[in-house]
Amino acid sequence: MTATTESAAEPAHPLHSEATQEFVTFTIADQLFGIPVLKVQDVLSSYQITRIPLAPPEVMGSLNLRGRVVTAIDMRARLGLVPRGDGDDTMSIVAEHEGELYSLVVDAVGEVLALSTETFDRNPPTLGAKFRAVSDGIYRLDENLMVVLDVNRLLDYGHKEAVAN
Amino acid sequence: MDDLLSEFLTETSEGLAVLDVELVKLEQNPNDQELLSNIFRYMHTIKGTCGFLGLPRLESVAHAGENILGKFREGELDVTPKAVSLILECLDKIRSILEYLEQNETEPEGEDSDLIARLNAYAEHGENGGDDAEPESEAEPGDDAESEAAAVEDSQAEVESDPPEETAAPEVPEVAAAEPAPAPAPAPAKTPAKAAKPAPAGEAKGGGESSVANQSIRVNVELLENLMTMVSEMVLTRNQLLQILRGQKDSEFAAPLQRLNHVVSELQEGVMKTRMQPIGNAWAKLPRIIRDLSIELDKKIDLEMKGAETELDRQVLELIKDPLTHMVRNSADHGLETTAGRIEAGKPETGKVVLSAYHEGGHIVISITDDGRGLPIEVIKNKALANGLATEAELETMTEQQIQRFIFKAGFSTAQAVTAVSGRGVGMDVVRTNIEKIGGTVELNSTEGKGTSFIIKIPLTLAIVSALIVECAGDRFAIPQLSVLELVRASVHSENKIERINNTPVLRLRNRLLPLVNLRDLMKLNAPDMPDGPTAESEAGITTETKAKSDSPSESCEGFIVVSQVGSYSFGIIVDRVFDTEEIVVKPVARIMRENQMFSGNTILGDGSVVMILDPNGIASATGEVELAEESSEVMNDRHAGLDEETVAMLVFRAAGNNSKAVPLGLVARLEEVELEKVEISNGQKVIQYRGQLMPLVLMEGAKELASEGRQPVLVFTDRDRTMGLVVDEIVDIVEGRLNIELTSKDVGYVGSAVINGQATDVLDVAHYLTLAFHDWFDNEGNDSFGNEDSSRLLLVDDSPFFRNLLQPLLSVAGYDVSCAASASEALQRCDAGEAFDVIISDIEMPGMSGFEFAEAVKNDTRWSNVPMVALSSFATQKDLDRGRAVGFVDYVAKSDREALLGALHEALAEIRGAA
Repeated sequence: MTATTESAAEPAHPLHSEATQEFVTFTIADQLFGIPVLKVQDVLSSYQITRIPLAPPEVMGSLNLRGRVVTAIDMRARLGLVPRGDGDDTMSIVAEHEGELYSLVVDAVGEVLALSTETFDRNPPTLGAKFRAVSDGIYRLDENLMVVLDVNRLLDYGHKEAVAN
Repeated sequence: MDDLLSEFLTETSEGLAVLDVELVKLEQNPNDQELLSNIFRYMHTIKGTCGFLGLPRLESVAHAGENILGKFREGELDVTPKAVSLILECLDKIRSILEYLEQNETEPEGEDSDLIARLNAYAEHGENGGDDAEPESEAEPGDDAESEAAAVEDSQAEVESDPPEETAAPEVPEVAAAEPAPAPAPAPAKTPAKAAKPAPAGEAKGGGESSVANQSIRVNVELLENLMTMVSEMVLTRNQLLQILRGQKDSEFAAPLQRLNHVVSELQEGVMKTRMQPIGNAWAKLPRIIRDLSIELDKKIDLEMKGAETELDRQVLELIKDPLTHMVRNSADHGLETTAGRIEAGKPETGKVVLSAYHEGGHIVISITDDGRGLPIEVIKNKALANGLATEAELETMTEQQIQRFIFKAGFSTAQAVTAVSGRGVGMDVVRTNIEKIGGTVELNSTEGKGTSFIIKIPLTLAIVSALIVECAGDRFAIPQLSVLELVRASVHSENKIERINNTPVLRLRNRLLPLVNLRDLMKLNAPDMPDGPTAESEAGITTETKAKSDSPSESCEGFIVVSQVGSYSFGIIVDRVFDTEEIVVKPVARIMRENQMFSGNTILGDGSVVMILDPNGIASATGEVELAEESSEVMNDRHAGLDEETVAMLVFRAAGNNSKAVPLGLVARLEEVELEKVEISNGQKVIQYRGQLMPLVLMEGAKELASEGRQPVLVFTDRDRTMGLVVDEIVDIVEGRLNIELTSKDVGYVGSAVINGQATDVLDVAHYLTLAFHDWFDNEGNDSFGNEDSSRLLLVDDSPFFRNLLQPLLSVAGYDVSCAASASEALQRCDAGEAFDVIISDIEMPGMSGFEFAEAVKNDTRWSNVPMVALSSFATQKDLDRGRAVGFVDYVAKSDREALLGALHEALAEIRGAA
């Protein structure tokens, strides 16, 4: 459990509190990721996205979610992964950050998993900087490994530069 | 009932209700300072407002009550149940007066000396004072003494109990306070004698709730904002539904949706109204400010306010309050002259500041006009020069209005002296920024000596704006309607076509050159799936100046131009298509995009899609000339326009047909009128005796044969000892200015056409007619005067195609081997490419590298450093001459002075040959 002390930046971190945690899982470029279920507002399948000119490359555009404007972030671009091919299906996970809604565009959304903190591990120090900047740690699942994404750090564009370096 | 009064009643009733409760609480916790301050503040507000509204009776009662509270606060009196009852009694009195006020709109007759006396006595003597007063209840009004006492009391209380920070509300004039204050002694002695009187008429009902107060409730602003947002969403959803409905025929939803449509519209209007407030609320402080100013500055000022009831969104109201106050203060301070100054100028002694507001479309227009001295152009010019905001040359070409707009620059104040009021040069720029921030504009008109007026135009509400929806490269954008001046349909075949200067698109619009920005380039949109030509889908309210429908979407020569205005700078945005206007709800852009100044927000359209809202301010600044754009856009435009515009004097005439023709005045020697009877034929050519010589007469191509009698005007062209006359029908005008010269010289005898005085005018190719008169005109001359040059190689550098076209044939026939370059850089490329020339003629005013810079570059280059250079310019002042010489030009010739040019060339070549 001491493994999580690194992420103490967020005091009420769910990992400290309970023995199990629920995550919404999704895949990007065959890698499994998870976001604490309470952070997720919505899961969308195909949605009409309006591109925004002159936006940073990871901003795919904006979309209308029940009257609110949501900014769509291409997770592949955000994490520095290979771009997906044309016509590949995508899904989105909508999360709120500082009062604004963001739609994280991923390859596919999986299921909700209740995971025991026993299976949690801190980021291996050898993990790439881009991943380390936004990941809280790794869950060891039976078949594969799940990277826990920290939505706040992912969307904190104010400090993005600092994080990226 | 008067709005102000009913508002006062509502507010005061509420205040009283709170006071009742709080006083009881105070009685239980006599030492609660916070509670006490609160109570004091309420009472003070009531008193202050009464004074403001001219309700003396209420005011004096409230004042007496406040007195005691003040003493509580200062610890001079203890809070006792007796004191509290006394104050509660005072509140009841206020309430009863209010009731009467509500019914009759005036204060009830009678007076409250008894209560006031008791209150004052208590204030003076505490427990005892009050006791003394009560038992003796003999009525003995003694008006004089009483009022005097009251006055003394009043002023004394003012001094004693009003802490300095509590002076917000207008109240008893402070001037009066000073005098009676030293002698308060007799007053208390008299007052206890005053007796309690029966309650005056109109107080019968007692402590009932005010009915006006019941008709309005106070609602948290946040709640209203939320409501507004929800309604906005509802409007959007409604639009969405209507859009779906439009696509379906005979839908059973049609009728209910129609009803929903109406209800939503009304709901929206209703909710909007809850946010509306009369602009008078923002003006409330102004009369006082002006009054104080007039005393401070010793001016007589009359403030007139019109349209105070005009309503606008409270959010907007808050935002313009300060700018408005500032501007009114400015008008009164620097705008108006001193009384002496006004008399001297023959104006009425009293200066006038007029503030007016009215609705226009979805906007409110506020104007602030004074009849003062106006903006001093010279002072502004000097200041602009001193601050380095513009050069003298720029100022020369500016209109008065452009110069006046300098006052919106940071650090600019025209006040000679800094007063406490204004003149520190922080202000108008802030005013402008604040107004523009909320999507408004501010314009100014000023006539020196007559006065100044500022016109502010702002949207009624910020929540919903009307926007024009446009499309570019398949993406849609919204442009706020406020900044859209007009729409122009541009196509190759119509009169409105996009022209390019060094790839910069421009449009001729009513004799002005409008800079254009292509949204496609600006937004870096490179959609491969470009729509097949613009389909004219413009709907009502759009004036497309369109003629023919285009057949090919050949790059961006086609499309719509949204003419936008930011301040006084107008420019066009090229888009592919224009849809109709929509009411949109502005939503802020996501944080990640906030640095991009091109967008002012985003919105959801009726069909549910998200579009970005373009910010014309941002676009104007992103396309360069941010700051200059505002004030000297014209200068910049002209400078840009200089690419294909030149200042030339043109002689406009009519011949061979009805359309105007023109020729550069510099080429014409004289204008004559010949008698047609005297025309002779010599050697198959019409000639006339002119100044002892035979002058050949040439007719325009396509002109009718000459009549046999009458008189006809002739343009005389002279060179050395030869003259030639060009017969025309009528000489129209001489026009000096910048001319757009287009080069479509499809006809022999014309170099092209230009727009002169708003008319398409053909520009004559003089060289053509000269050779018509004398086939050997140039050859001859070449042999005579430039005989030994045997085709010297000459490089002509001029950005103006007109002059290149004019000079090239002239120089060619004069025996030069002429090469042309359209810019200095092109010329330098030729140098690098190894070309060699004997002489270079270069224009001075060129975009990019100027002639001076070009000359320096040439002189630094070893290959061409010995080639003589002749400068060519529209302006040849001594300063230019000196500068030209300094950078290496051997001569400096004014444009259109053909003779001087040829002479200069000859000399330059002779010199170099002599040297060689």
